[in-house]
Amino acid sequence: MCQTCGCGDERVVTVELHERILKANENEAHHNREHFDSAGVLAINLMGSPGSGKTALIEATARALGPRGVKIVALSGDLATDHDGERLRAAGIPAATITTGSTCHLDAAMVHRGLHDIAWEDRDVLFIENVGNLVCPAIYDLGQHLNVVALAVTEGEDKPLKYPVMFRSADLVVLTKADLLPHLPEVRVASFQDALGRVMPQPRMELVSARTGQGMEQWMSWLRERRTESLQTRRVAVAGDQNHLFFK
Amino acid sequence: MHEYSIVGALIEQVDATARSRGAIAVRRVCVRLGELSGVDRDLLATAYEVFRERTVCADAALSIEPVSARWECSRCGCELRRHGALRCGVCGSAARLAQGDEILLTRIEMEVE
Repeated sequence: MCQTCGCGDERVVTVELHERILKANENEAHHNREHFDSAGVLAINLMGSPGSGKTALIEATARALGPRGVKIVALSGDLATDHDGERLRAAGIPAATITTGSTCHLDAAMVHRGLHDIAWEDRDVLFIENVGNLVCPAIYDLGQHLNVVALAVTEGEDKPLKYPVMFRSADLVVLTKADLLPHLPEVRVASFQDALGRVMPQPRMELVSARTGQGMEQWMSWLRERRTESLQTRRVAVAGDQNHLFFK
Repeated sequence: MHEYSIVGALIEQVDATARSRGAIAVRRVCVRLGELSGVDRDLLATAYEVFRERTVCADAALSIEPVSARWECSRCGCELRRHGALRCGVCGSAARLAQGDEILLTRIEMEVE
């Protein structure tokens, strides 16, 4: 008999469940992560508003890492164009574009398909540049090891409070366009830090300018530490130990 | 708006369960939605209305149970003030989310032969 609404209809049965609605995506993400782990590639889901400087950050990272022998690769999510992919390839970064059409975020299956379009296994770091959006990408696991959110100094100090789900999921917030700060006397970096402390359990922020190189060393240090941790944690025993090649 | 893809996944799950139990119709679907789940309750309800036509959920009402966010200290377990800094006022440890990020299918009421 129906136990829930009391209608007494014997044909109605109630099934109690505890199923994550996104579990199909999570399974696909787990599959991606296994691929990344077995190849020893650190995968980063780079999120942020349109125009926050995600592509510029990847370009600057490639410039900084290239001389150190660290190889990066990028998958770029875009609603309609290949512009970011073109920019990244022009900067010497192997890059493929995932065209999402009207979809406002990447999901794990899109990333899996995207991985078929590019040689990524021999690289050290994979940047998955998500669709510019502070809402939807936050809840889709892509199989990444880390979430990085690019937030430009021009976006306003209260952005973390307005988009708590996005910033809660971040392992690091890169406060971009630091070179504009002299032109923005009303913007206080400490206010960004304060807002992050209210939405991120372990708030961590680096102030960076892709244009001038300010803060790039700190961003590199963070990447190096995470890379070392991930190699140790997952015991990816690459022949010859790639660890010594990283960030010489 | 990702609520449409959430509804797509929800209807697939309901369909799989209904089939496995030999249901001839689904009367009600219940989900639990956390305040910090990143899914908007009203948008989810709207997306469900649009998507349920000609699916197993065509005649099924959707009930959404909201869950408010609750942060507690990861060390001593005491509850933290809402919208305050995510650090324990007593011992200074980082906070952890005790509840509020759920996107769960919790119940299906279905008609069987």
